[in-house]
Amino acid sequence: MLTLTNARIIDPEAGTEKLRSVVIKDGRIDQILANEIKTFPAGKVIDCGGKCLAPGIVDIGVKIGEPGERHKESFRTAGLAAAAGGVTTMVTRPDTTPAIDTPEILDFFRRRAADEVAVNVLPMAALTKGRGGKEMAEIGFLQDAGAVAFSDADRPIENAKTLQRILTYANASGALVIGHVQEPVLSKGAAVTSGAFATKQGLPAVSPMAERIQLERDLALVEMTGAKYHADQITCASALTVLERAKKAGLNVTAGVSIHHLTLNEFDVEDYRTFFKVKPPLRAEDDRLAVVHAVANGLIDIISSMHTPQDEESKRLPYEEAASGAVGLQTMLPALMQLVHGGHMDLPTLFRAISLNPAKLLGLEAGRMAEGAPADLILFDPDAPFVMDRFELLSKSKNAPFDGRRMQGKVLKTFVAGAQVF
Amino acid sequence: MFTQRHLLGIESLSQQDITEILDLAEHYAQHNLKQNKHLDVLAGLTQINMFFENSTRTQASFEIAGKRLGADVMNMSMQASSIKKGETLIDTALTLNAMHPDLLVVRHPHSGAVKLLAEKVNCAVMNAGDGRHEHPTQALLDALTIRRSKGRLHRLIIAICGDIAHSRVARSNMFLLGKMENRVRLVGPKTLMPAGVDKLGVEVTDNMAEGLKDADVVMMLRLQKERMDGAFIPSEREYYHRWGLDEAKLANAKPDAIVMHPGPMNRGVEIDGILADDINRSVIQEQVEMGVAVRMAVMELLARNLRKSKEEGASC
Repeated sequence: MLTLTNARIIDPEAGTEKLRSVVIKDGRIDQILANEIKTFPAGKVIDCGGKCLAPGIVDIGVKIGEPGERHKESFRTAGLAAAAGGVTTMVTRPDTTPAIDTPEILDFFRRRAADEVAVNVLPMAALTKGRGGKEMAEIGFLQDAGAVAFSDADRPIENAKTLQRILTYANASGALVIGHVQEPVLSKGAAVTSGAFATKQGLPAVSPMAERIQLERDLALVEMTGAKYHADQITCASALTVLERAKKAGLNVTAGVSIHHLTLNEFDVEDYRTFFKVKPPLRAEDDRLAVVHAVANGLIDIISSMHTPQDEESKRLPYEEAASGAVGLQTMLPALMQLVHGGHMDLPTLFRAISLNPAKLLGLEAGRMAEGAPADLILFDPDAPFVMDRFELLSKSKNAPFDGRRMQGKVLKTFVAGAQVF
Repeated sequence: MFTQRHLLGIESLSQQDITEILDLAEHYAQHNLKQNKHLDVLAGLTQINMFFENSTRTQASFEIAGKRLGADVMNMSMQASSIKKGETLIDTALTLNAMHPDLLVVRHPHSGAVKLLAEKVNCAVMNAGDGRHEHPTQALLDALTIRRSKGRLHRLIIAICGDIAHSRVARSNMFLLGKMENRVRLVGPKTLMPAGVDKLGVEVTDNMAEGLKDADVVMMLRLQKERMDGAFIPSEREYYHRWGLDEAKLANAKPDAIVMHPGPMNRGVEIDGILADDINRSVIQEQVEMGVAVRMAVMELLARNLRKSKEEGASC
């Protein structure tokens, strides 16, 4: 038994913040008590001092370097970073080497995770064999082995007929398909978003229209097949109108966005800073604001860190050649606090996007601040200021674009099933 | 006074920097007419030309410039060597740095690569072209050619024509001529015009007659062979018909307008062969001549700044 008293409870379901005490028993939230009650059940009592207590983050799209790229990130380092960042559930990506496309590899992956990681790890599996976009992976076997969703990560399936069949099969199996909505021919080789800035830098660029085109295609196929579909990252205004139309039409569709597209824009790349190279490329400020607004009003359901560890060697290259991606497990909460402090959304709205909605999408009990829910909780100070130093991050790779930035928001404690892991 | 350690692009130069470089280059242009061209300005210094992309003309120009100033010049063709063995650019830079060169001349197929390399070495770095980004010495030699021919480098109408999208020459020229307060027009098919370029202080048109109207300078760009067939333009002959420079199109410009081309030319594609050779209109050969002078000037200034920074470093 553990009681967390005097905590500002962030409840994303009710949309409220209230001072309460939370009693944890057998890994679950047993009772939520009014703050006036000062007699607690037996066991440890922690006074939270009025700091925020919220459901732990459920982060869809975390890349772990195992198998294949342990020099970039291992289960151990990813687990430590997640716990320190307040991520209580990592939903992992299958873009490993080899790809997680058979139940055997998935089994290896899950065993490694169980041995090394204190937070929950739920694996996604590849949609096609070797993420090649041609042959369907064994969706049924992979579901039985524990895959919670299917995705080829940053590779869109080019052939519409292939995707149509996969969506049909996945729908019949009740599998969630996650798509990367970037038209592959238009975005091939592109390093930045097209416009005056890209022209000045002389970098190969892609229009955000490539995102809308692919989203339109995928959603048309979703309409045909009735499949359950999630677009991993929506990053521009023109795609939002398409998304809105699909949702209004009642399609079984959700959408996500990364912390980087919510807090950075194309100009951050200035001087060829490869730590800001992500996929899709950072957008214009107008698009960033449109996407922030869409999260606030619920059109975009989920925010992810899109944690992608890259070692120095992969990043210290000419911009076009440098690898894409940024680590985000630990920078996620402080980066997003920028949106709260900037008045774009309140804390319950934020936690709806990082805890409640992703948990719901995957059918998890987590993400809620209710009696009976799993005690996956984070205690954090939303105001604590600090200067971000990438070398203090626990990820093995330190490719954080926020390096040197003044930020606010620190995770104080992380609990998974009632046990403190940070 | 020009105080920069490297010459990475035009974008970071001031009007005064540009004028200082051009004045010194003018001096070298005169000097290069002498029979004995050897000087000792760079005596004892080592210059390495690293070309990660093929170039005969530019590399020769940098080599001659360095040799005339008395530097020890070495050429490295990087396509053939270490990058094929998987060495990263940074490792190559560190290896070279250990050999203590003083001047590094670098051309690289990727934008920003020369800057990345410059961050890792102790010597002065000259950008000899990085991707589609900048080619500063080309813009400077074009500026010197214009100044010599027109007597000034401001309040001119300059049309830059052709494949703007893939051209670092266009970008550097756009920056330089804009800084010196000229009217710059970009002329070419929309498929070869980069997105948002109209927001960078230039006029943009796809009509040659309109673009060349009253121009003092007509600057043609090379159209790469691989972009000719179908992908960006329908055909070579349609391109020549609409955007190739001939007498009729040039008639829209001022009667004394000069014709420029950074070379190598595709005669009959972007420019009429006879026009290119017309010594009354074309200054293409003079551009090559000014290339050596401009590079000598930049090298002297960079060597001066390098010495200064070393003296300051030694005194503290």
